[in-house]
Amino acid sequence: MLESLYWVIRRDLTIALRRRSDIFTTLIFFMIVVSLFPLGIGPEPDTLRLIAPGVVWVGALLASMLALEQLFSADHRDGTLEQMLLTPQPLAPLVIGKVVAHWLVSGLPLVLISPLLGLQYDLPWEGLRALIISLLLGTPTLSLIGAIGAALTLGLRSGGVLLALLVLPLYVPVLIFGAGAVEATLSGLGGDAHLRMLAAILVASLVLAPLAIAAALRVATD
Amino acid sequence: MHNGHSEPNLKIAGLSCVRGDRVLFSDLSFSLATGELLHLKGRNGSGKTTLLRALAGLMLPESGEILWCGEDIRRMREEYSRHLLYLGHLNGIKGDLSAVENLRVSAILNGHRLSESRAWEVLGEIGLQGHEDLPSKHLSQGQKRRVALARLLISPARIWILDEPFTALDVAAVELLQAVISRHIEHQGIAIVTTHQEVAILSEHTRTLSLGHDHA
Repeated sequence: MLESLYWVIRRDLTIALRRRSDIFTTLIFFMIVVSLFPLGIGPEPDTLRLIAPGVVWVGALLASMLALEQLFSADHRDGTLEQMLLTPQPLAPLVIGKVVAHWLVSGLPLVLISPLLGLQYDLPWEGLRALIISLLLGTPTLSLIGAIGAALTLGLRSGGVLLALLVLPLYVPVLIFGAGAVEATLSGLGGDAHLRMLAAILVASLVLAPLAIAAALRVATD
Repeated sequence: MHNGHSEPNLKIAGLSCVRGDRVLFSDLSFSLATGELLHLKGRNGSGKTTLLRALAGLMLPESGEILWCGEDIRRMREEYSRHLLYLGHLNGIKGDLSAVENLRVSAILNGHRLSESRAWEVLGEIGLQGHEDLPSKHLSQGQKRRVALARLLISPARIWILDEPFTALDVAAVELLQAVISRHIEHQGIAIVTTHQEVAILSEHTRTLSLGHDHA
């Protein structure tokens, strides 16, 4: 079972690396959205520091949603999804493999670039650190929750808009605790409690989301 | 094998499938023993693909049961999948991966390992010499179909469900596929095949089932 998990991740990463443009689309979208705010609001460091956590996190939310649609639809079109449903093993671990691979190419780059974007907002070092950790704990949850939506809207016309409507409300807790962690750190209260909540949400969705995704995929191919 | 049945068999009892609000077929019953081939016939839209998808467990029938060795396939999904190879209209291969990579990933996901050298050998056998490590998206329609069909040569599955396997294949490939299917039947396999082409897979063990106006 672990072996097929490893192979699913390896397969999806190989494919992602052969079509690198998809990775850069998400990343550049994130960078542009986050960079637009200082341009629009003006270079007042106090204001920027105030809005930084929210803006970066909303940017991450939108960027991770942008990449979701491709998560299962390509597999659905070429029939590999069908074959995955017919393998003699539980579907949930294979689904985790797909989500992990998806996060590695769409979520992790956001985490890595975030300190650079944080600098635009004049975030101090502790703030940057909290931002990185909160994104590191939060973006996998976004991928997991988003994958449920992607599976539910599979094969629908105008699935993209529906996906956003389904998934964005579910992202709210992650947004609150993610941005909250950075704000609390900046205000000197310490963001540990928020980060622990993020970790808890991640663990819960890691356990529950794959089951929901697997069930939704079976319905979508019916 | 299971439940004291000496011979593994596939039994369909009172199966009905509905698409939208149209009944494709209702109360369909038949059974297949090992060493038998079922040739599924019927005009376009008569429900052949739907029946095959139901038999593969991809689609929930409206009513009725599909039993493998006396047990409902819905209650033994993973165990049943071990015995099953399904090839649908879609080839189930990734355009960005080469034929070798596609075949190896598919083998692993189906629970058996395939060494790289063996994968090259199998693809050679199926007539893809010289194309083994090209990205599959650069292959022709028939070559892609061959990559998908290469799974037949490495699969230990008992039941083959093949939806229009002969489409896009040239004469040589059609002959090869016929031979592969006949060999499978001789080795006590079960095959369920739809095709519009007149091909002679059709040995004395072949049974036909026509879907459409006159049910079964």
